[in-house]
Amino acid sequence: MPVKSSLREMKRRRRLLLSVFLFISMPLSVWAQKNSCLDCHLQMDDVLKAPAEGFAADVHKQFGLGCEDCHGGDPAQDDVELAKDRSFKGSPERAKIPEFCGSCHSDSAVMRKFNPNLRVDQLVLYWTSRHGQLLKEGDASGAVCTDCHGVHGIQPANFPKSQVFPWNIPQTCGRCHSNADTMKAYGISVRQVDDYKQSVHARALFEKKDLSAPACNDCHGNHGAAPPEVTSIAFVCRQCHSSAGDLFSRSPHKEAFDALGMSECEACHGNHKIISPADEMLAGGKNDICLQCHDAGTEPHQTGLEIKRRLDDFVASSEASGKLLTSAESKGIEVSEAKFKLQDSLSSLVLARNLTHGLSLPEIERSLGDGAKILAEVKVSGEAALREAKFRRSGLIIATAFIILLALALYLKIRDLQRSPKHQR
Amino acid sequence: MAGLWDKTKAYLESRFELSAIREFAGKKKVPEHKRSFWYFFGGICLFLFIIQVLTGILLLLYYTPSVDAAHESIQFIMSQVKFGWLIRSVHSWTANILVGVIFIHMFSSFFLKAYRPPRELTWITGFLLLVLFLAFGFSGYLLPWNELSFFATRVGTDIAGVVPLFGKALKTFILGGPDVSGATLTRFFWLHVAVLPAFALLIMGIHVILVQTLGMSKPIGIGEAKEISFFPDFILKDSLGWLIILAVVGAVCVFLPWEVGPKADPFASTPLGIKPEWYFTFMFTTLKLVPAHIFTVEGELLAVMGFMLGGLLLMLVPFLDRRAAREKRSPVFTAFGLAVLVYIIVMTGLTYLAPNIGK
Repeated sequence: MPVKSSLREMKRRRRLLLSVFLFISMPLSVWAQKNSCLDCHLQMDDVLKAPAEGFAADVHKQFGLGCEDCHGGDPAQDDVELAKDRSFKGSPERAKIPEFCGSCHSDSAVMRKFNPNLRVDQLVLYWTSRHGQLLKEGDASGAVCTDCHGVHGIQPANFPKSQVFPWNIPQTCGRCHSNADTMKAYGISVRQVDDYKQSVHARALFEKKDLSAPACNDCHGNHGAAPPEVTSIAFVCRQCHSSAGDLFSRSPHKEAFDALGMSECEACHGNHKIISPADEMLAGGKNDICLQCHDAGTEPHQTGLEIKRRLDDFVASSEASGKLLTSAESKGIEVSEAKFKLQDSLSSLVLARNLTHGLSLPEIERSLGDGAKILAEVKVSGEAALREAKFRRSGLIIATAFIILLALALYLKIRDLQRSPKHQR
Repeated sequence: MAGLWDKTKAYLESRFELSAIREFAGKKKVPEHKRSFWYFFGGICLFLFIIQVLTGILLLLYYTPSVDAAHESIQFIMSQVKFGWLIRSVHSWTANILVGVIFIHMFSSFFLKAYRPPRELTWITGFLLLVLFLAFGFSGYLLPWNELSFFATRVGTDIAGVVPLFGKALKTFILGGPDVSGATLTRFFWLHVAVLPAFALLIMGIHVILVQTLGMSKPIGIGEAKEISFFPDFILKDSLGWLIILAVVGAVCVFLPWEVGPKADPFASTPLGIKPEWYFTFMFTTLKLVPAHIFTVEGELLAVMGFMLGGLLLMLVPFLDRRAAREKRSPVFTAFGLAVLVYIIVMTGLTYLAPNIGK
């Protein structure tokens, strides 16, 4: 009995202690979470309310930062005057935004606390960019951090809704670069984004959602954004198209382009509106780009014609084999292995098309020759498949004729039986 | 020569009593009336089953039941093995035709009230054969391990998972794990070539013996019908039907060989419009159309329970249709059968004509 009562007494005391703790700690915790900046701004008009609303989804908030970490002040104070104490910085002037953001983002000691992988050279790069240079020259319309990353609602660059996520970049850049009024002062065309949207790169990025496809920043840089010089365009393209670049460097074109000060890839493929390369761009094609520099009938143009003829022959042969297989397949023959081989032969064509950058006819012939051997096997398989289809049909006719004969004989026998006197009974 | 033949006959006679079988076959009669056409579907089922067994045995020569080799072996059969395309196409096409003919045979027997005493067990064994052949179809469909069969099996086993009480355990048992995998392929193969054939042979044996001993049922209202001898008259007519089926199967296999399809990729997302084999689509579409909840019960659960109850009622119909047992017409049961038939046809039609219907 005494044991039971002491246990009850212990439980009662424990409950009492818990109540006292909660009574004291609850208001303390509310006080600790207080943010008078948000409390006030959320009650204000649209312009002053927007920062408070946007900050809810901001990456900085996710890392535990608050208004005071950028703007200073004391959010624990209820009184506006007390909240805007001596540390209060308010919103920075536009021209000072890069340094404002850079005060943390260029400080490796600060960034290490939140994201050690994030680079800290953005500000240095920015000052080398055309945007930064304009700002330095006193032109405040040059893009600053917030123009691309947003403000109070900034998302990490790898977040698909971020303004700087690959498939949002053309739109972000286009906000200024497609605006004729903004660009007028700089004499810059406003067609870049529209042109880009028609390019093979845009198709890969937007339609195939291929994040490795280049957006504006992949060629122009991001924080250090600037148009590439004529001499450096080839290096920019080589970041992805290294094989084509190497072939071009070995080609007779390289010396001539260098001598004439021509940009390499861009001379034939264009810049923002880079369409899918096609055989029609070769000599003698509908969009013969060789004619830009070489007159028809000249030796280089003739070489170009020869290259195109080889490619055309291969394509025609490949299409003929493909038709054979399609025909056999439509007749019910299993030709998946031959189709796989046909696909394999096309890799020779892809290689040969890339080799056109090197302008070496023997190399192109060698590559097409490998493919032609496979194509010959495909042709044999296709013809065999068609023969098999014919055999099956002939077999069916013979078998059906035999079955019909048998059925007819059976029918006559049944009729005979039905007419027999035994059956009549 | 004649002496050898006589000796052989005598040898066999003393051991198998062939004369008794001959006598039985000679005396056996089959009623002939305006609806005796439907009798032939039973024989066609048997014929198609024999084709299934023969072609199945031949396919076993080359088929390999493993995730790495199943699809490749089917491709090899279809493209490299001499007449492999024919064997496999005949096997797949006749499997589908067989299920269709079993349905026709069952419904025709139902409407002719052939389940009347003393043929209750003939009906029940027939119903069990339908279930077995549906299981044959379901297990065989996965064996080529192609994209369509893989995802259709996933959809099909999801239906099994809805069965009340032991649904989840049943699904895990069927699949050999939580999802369609190599273990599923192995047990489907085991089921398809060992377990189901054993049960099918046993039940089919009972079914055929019952048909032979009890004879064909005459529809209600047909008193004294004309009779024809089972051998050779009926057998010859049956053979004519078999020959017609054989010619049709041959033509279908040449013009529309059963496709191999792309190999299953368990990590790929389910292709759009995936559905099970046609004979399961009426259940599949019902599950798509049924509301998520009917009162407080899950709609899918109710639908599956409905199918189970419907199946049970159909199996036990010989004991429920008391009027037919007294040789009286039973329009209520005819209407019930008609409603089930129309329901199956409409739901199957909807699956193909309105694939986006429901969820």
